[in-house]
Order: sequence, then C-alpha cells, then structure tokens
Amino acid sequence: MADTYQTQTAGSQWLGRAVLYALLVVFAVYYLMPLFVMVTTSVKTLDDIRAGNLIALPQEISFAAWFKAWGTACIGVECNGLKGNFLNSVSFVVPAVLISTLVGAFNGYVLTMWRFRGSDVLFTMLLLGCFIPFQVILLPMAQTLGYLGIANSIPGLIFVHVVYGLAFTTLFFRNFYVTVPSDLTKAARIDGAGFFTIFWRIILPLSPAIIVVSVIWQFTQIWNDFLFGVVFSSGDRQPITVALNNLVNTSTGVKEYNVDMSAAIIAGLPTLFVYIVAGKYFLRGLTAGAVKG
Amino acid sequence: MSTLSIINVKKRYGPVEVLKGINIDVEDGEFLILVGPSGCGKSTLLNMIAGLDTISSGEIAIGGRVVNDLSPKDRDIAMVFQSYALYPNMTVRNNISFGLKIRKIPKDQQEETVNRVAKLLQIEALLDRMPSQLSGGQRQRVAMGRALARDPALFLFDEPLSNLDAKLRVEMRAEIKLLHERLDATIVYVTHDQIEAMTLGDRIAVMKGGEVHQLASPQQVYDDPADLFVAGFIGSPPMNLIRASVASKEGKIGVDLHDGGETFFLAAPDAVQSGLSAWNGREVIVGIRPEQITDDMARGPERTDRVKRNVKVDVVHPTGPDTLVLIQLNDTPVTCRVHPETRVRSGDTADLMFDLSKLVFFDPDKETRIR
Repeated sequence: MADTYQTQTAGSQWLGRAVLYALLVVFAVYYLMPLFVMVTTSVKTLDDIRAGNLIALPQEISFAAWFKAWGTACIGVECNGLKGNFLNSVSFVVPAVLISTLVGAFNGYVLTMWRFRGSDVLFTMLLLGCFIPFQVILLPMAQTLGYLGIANSIPGLIFVHVVYGLAFTTLFFRNFYVTVPSDLTKAARIDGAGFFTIFWRIILPLSPAIIVVSVIWQFTQIWNDFLFGVVFSSGDRQPITVALNNLVNTSTGVKEYNVDMSAAIIAGLPTLFVYIVAGKYFLRGLTAGAVKG
Repeated sequence: MSTLSIINVKKRYGPVEVLKGINIDVEDGEFLILVGPSGCGKSTLLNMIAGLDTISSGEIAIGGRVVNDLSPKDRDIAMVFQSYALYPNMTVRNNISFGLKIRKIPKDQQEETVNRVAKLLQIEALLDRMPSQLSGGQRQRVAMGRALARDPALFLFDEPLSNLDAKLRVEMRAEIKLLHERLDATIVYVTHDQIEAMTLGDRIAVMKGGEVHQLASPQQVYDDPADLFVAGFIGSPPMNLIRASVASKEGKIGVDLHDGGETFFLAAPDAVQSGLSAWNGREVIVGIRPEQITDDMARGPERTDRVKRNVKVDVVHPTGPDTLVLIQLNDTPVTCRVHPETRVRSGDTADLMFDLSKLVFFDPDKETRIR
C-alpha cells in the first residue's frame, strides 16, 4: 500500500514538473521571439530578407547593416547614421542619472534624518511629482528652459530629466533611509560629525543597493524617453530614440529592414547592459545584506 | 563639584508638556539612573542632556558650563544607545576611532586609545571585524568602547541592555557596574527595568508623566517611597497596596484588615502615629512589601512590632530562593514571601508574620505619602 502511494506521488510530481517546464519554455520562446527576429534580420542581407520568411535563419551572416545603422544610414537629409545621436544620449543620460540619484539620496537623507517642520508635506508634494504625466509639463518646461537659456541643448535635457526624476529617486532613498535607525545619526552627531560628514561617511556607504535600484530605474527611464527628446531637442542634438524613429521613417528608396533592426538593437543595448551589469551588483548587495543580517 | 546640573528644565511639543520642570544634580563620579514607565520623559531628558533635542526652558550645565546652546559634539559627552548604533560600514576599530578621527586626534594617539579601550573591554580580538559579524553582547561592548574612547566628562546610557537576552543582561549589568567603579566615571543611565535601576545606581530618579517623583538612593526609594507611584513601581514583586480604614486600638493608630473572615488590627509604626491620627475613621492605602509578610521561621530576633495571623492561602508560587504566597486582604490580592522550606499549600491556611515596622500609608486621592 505504502509503496503504491509513494509511486503515485512520485509520478504526479514528475508530471507536475513536466507541465511546469513546458509552460516556462513556451513563455520564454514567446518572449524571446521578437529578439530572435530582430537579431537574425539585422544580420541578413536585403535579398535574404525578401526571399525567406520572418523566422528563417540567415543564409549568410553579414554585419553590413550594423555598420550602416551606426555610421552611414540617412536620417532625414543627413547620412551619418546613429553614432552622433548615441553619443548625445550618453552625454545627457549619464549626468542626468548621476545627478538625480545623488540629489535623491541627499533629499532622502534630509527627509528622514533631519526632519523639519513641514518635511512630511514636502515629501508628499514630491511624491505627487511621480504621478504628473509628461505631457502636462511640456509647455511650462519649454518656457523655463527658454528663460534659463538652455533650450534645445544637452544641459537642457539633463535639467528636464533631473527635475522629472527627482520625485522617484527621492522616494526610493527616503523609503530606504526610513529603515536606517536614527540612533546612527545621533551617535555620529555625538561623535562630532557634521551634516555632510554623516551623509558621506555613514549614510551613503549604507546605500549601494538602493543606489543601484535608482540607477537602473533612472537610466532606463531617461535612455528610453522619447517625448522630452523630441520636444526639447532638434537636429544633431536629438537623443537616439528620436533618431531611431526618424531613421525608420525616412522614406528614401527601399525599406532596409536589416538596418532598421540593427538600429533598434543599438538603441536598446545600453539599457540591457545596465541591467546585466548593475543587476548583478544589485543581487550581490541584497544577498550580502541578508547574510550579514 | 557637580558634573551635571539640570535646573528647572521643561520641554513642550506644541501644547503638550512632556517635561514639567526637572531639577537634578549629578555629582562627579556618580551613577544616576533615570527610571520610569515608557512615555515618562526619561529618554527625552537624556536626549536633551546630549543635545540631540532642544529644551523649551531651564538650564543644563555640564562641568559647570551651561550647554543649552551647544551642539552635541561640544558638550563633552558620550552616549551608548539601545540599538548600539554601530556604523555598519566600518570595522570595530574604525567605529571606536571615528569620533577621534573627526576631532583630528593624531593617528598614533588614536591607535593607543583604541588599544587601551579594547583591552579594557576585552574586545581586542574583534577589532578588525564588521559589526554585522558580532553577537549582541559584543556589539554592546563595542558601543561602550566607542563611548570610552572619547573619555568624556559625562556618559549617557539609553537603555543599553534592553536588546540583550536575560542572561547576558545580568552579565553586562555587572560589567557596567565594575567599569563605573574602575573608571570613576559620571554616568546618567536610562532604563525602564527597576532591577537595573536598583542594582546599578548610586541614586535613582523615578519619573512619571514628565516629573521626577523621587530622587534618592536605591535603598531609600525602596524602603521609603515618596508616593504611591514609586511604591508600586519599584520592587519585584511589587509592594502590596491595600485599601483599609484607619482605626485606633489600645491607644495606637493603625488599620483594620480582614482576610474574608474576622477583622484584625495592624498598628502603624511610631513615626507615623501622629500623621495617621488625622485620618482616623477614613480610608487610606497601606503599603507592605511581600517580604514583610513572611512565615514563622523568619530569621531575626523576637520583636514587638510583629503580628502573627492565620490566613487563607489562595495560590503558592515557588520561585526557588523564596516561595510567593498569594492571600486576600480587604478583597485585594496580596503577595507574601515565605521560606521555601515552609509547607504552605493552596487552599489551606497558614500562619504568617506581619512586620509592621516598615508599613507605609498613602492618601488614596492625592496618592501622596502620609507621614
């Protein structure tokens, strides 16, 4: 009796596993399919694309489309590829991410460790900033940028993204620092540390995990942003997302699907890179904390 | 010279007055305990001594210098926190020397101090570990080391043993006491644990509702409580507080008690006779410690201020060194402490000896002592 019972459970367990893995494989394939199509299409030749079907493997692998997308594809009337716009994006995304993260950390520190009259009201107002749609701030922001004299420039884009991102980064850091015991700041004050010393020497070294969260979030948001890019920049100052759109929509001659696909992958690679690199640190930070208790 | 003097210090948060005029003087080398239930203002007071919180009015002076407007770092104090508050990103060594580093003490002097403190607290082997690798007791030692490294005029302890388990707490308590005696340090120590208060303090300030109810030596607080609150708060098991009416018998003033049956009379000590006579015929609250109701076998010579009564026993709690016996007096449960070898059984009656020399009486409305 006991044996039969055991075999039965073992059998149904095996079946359950099989169903589970089958489902997982189906979903994985479903989600990987677009990437597969993009990558294969980007290394096909145009003839190959016209001859075969969407999911067929390439006859021969050619990176010509990648080089074209990077260096010589026409966007509008200029035929310099995406490289300039890629560098544009890097040049404003990196400072915007760093500034918004650092200022967010500082805000969080003040809002938790140095509460002042009205600090909770201020935090609530900052929190509301998370819910303001992009479109709402376009006109006032355009005016502000003009007033500050940084309209249609990289500093202007940095400014827009820092301001818009602060609500989120402040929220991240504030909620993280709430869990840090306030005795820590008290001890440091008695030890003689001042406002900034406590921030740099005590609080910031506690924060790698939340910094990574903030960096991933901000990098993805800002790199992928299209609306601010298209509104607040033009011509050779445009970010890669806008350039990608223009490249795909430039209607001269034949539609080069392989170039479009390469360009799209190029535009998406940095966020992928940030996820892979920082995500590892993120996990490492989490587990280190867990082990240390 | 007093190291710390607190003069009429008040603290208000909006309309709420959390400290209602505190006056305390702490002598050089003294160990002062602030004890009270949660919300009594003891931690607030400590934070104000430390300068982590501002005072609404009054004056705090450390070493003869008024520190009302000085920031914590300039007050010549060090503090040990309940949560230890060790810097998690620094080694034990750096935790201890952080304050010295901030104060720009020369490197070799820092090292010397760290080594001296580590030796004193026996944490030399832990110096290069991170706080997260230490046990609760070790963290507490490091936190004390950080305070000791600074060699301040005044040490502040904010419930430092509350997060430790019972056994470790007793060990650390002994160690803090030893440390105090060896260093001759001036300490203000906040706790809600009245045993800690009794064992550690030179003097105890019993606080409630933002006021100091009594400031005296542990024994005085125990034997001679200033009011009903102190009487009920200090002592474990607590003092028995029984409502009883004042009567006179054979020219003596005392109280009438009953255990459900016949009424009996307990005469008040001589010192209270005149004070209590004003209450003749009215109700008061009588305070009697559990160890003052004990068995026949009780040690000590025959005395006239003892009364033997046969009373009904409700419950018996053996604790090891003593047996606690619960009886009813004037319909109030009363704890008595008897010798463990005395055979007392629940539901039976027992002969119990009432020691009348330390009876205390309280005004039932104002809760003040009747003297």
